[in-house]
Amino acid sequence: MPTASRDIVVSNKLGLHARPAMQFVDVANQFDSAVTVHKGGEEPCDADGKSVMQMIILAATEGTPLRIEADGADAQKAVDTLAQLFESKFGEEE
Amino acid sequence: MKLREFIVPAAIVPELEATDRDGAIRELVTSLAAAGALPAESVDEVVAALIKREQNGSTGFGKGVAVPHVKHARITKMAGTIGRTVNGIDFAALDHQPVYSIVLLLSPDNQPQQHLQAMNIVFSNLQKDTFRRFLRQSGTREAITDLLDEADQGK
Repeated sequence: MPTASRDIVVSNKLGLHARPAMQFVDVANQFDSAVTVHKGGEEPCDADGKSVMQMIILAATEGTPLRIEADGADAQKAVDTLAQLFESKFGEEE
Repeated sequence: MKLREFIVPAAIVPELEATDRDGAIRELVTSLAAAGALPAESVDEVVAALIKREQNGSTGFGKGVAVPHVKHARITKMAGTIGRTVNGIDFAALDHQPVYSIVLLLSPDNQPQQHLQAMNIVFSNLQKDTFRRFLRQSGTREAITDLLDEADQGK
């Protein structure tokens, strides 16, 4: 199975709160690949990118480094699309 | 962060009278105001903000729990409470199941990091089957407060 990953940094001021977490999970669920999000920094942890609860538990604040990983046939497309959500700051800021 | 740092025990409602989502939110915010966690004159505004938040996307994340929350300028100090209902309330939850336990969180609008830390500890516990089961079984304010203490001590 192909895998893909991308390192990003949370750049929206409010961090990965419930709304963006849900948005991320909604998009992740559009792909067949398994999606995992690794949080770096002082308190590293992993979340299933298709679980809203786990994504909220990441408590990823502005500036937190994250690695998005996907494992499956559409892994590269999943990672590219999910990274784009962070790059667009989940539509929260201009 | 620990649950007892922001959950106001005096505002816990072990048996909600409300039978619908908006009523439950109002009952819990009113209870927080009665406990002194926010001014009574801010209740309407905060309730409206919480309901608007629910309309934008349910905080019923599944497994019988909902976490209505809002960051609001009227809130000066983060405060939360818990409501229980044995009959279940329709929260338009992601898994389409009724909600039996509600954790409501009010945060100041200028402290997003503190808000995320509080959500982290709330969901870390709600994700545990044992915590959810004990919460559903805790019929008094004291029992719920004890459960929070045990959760904070990592039991």
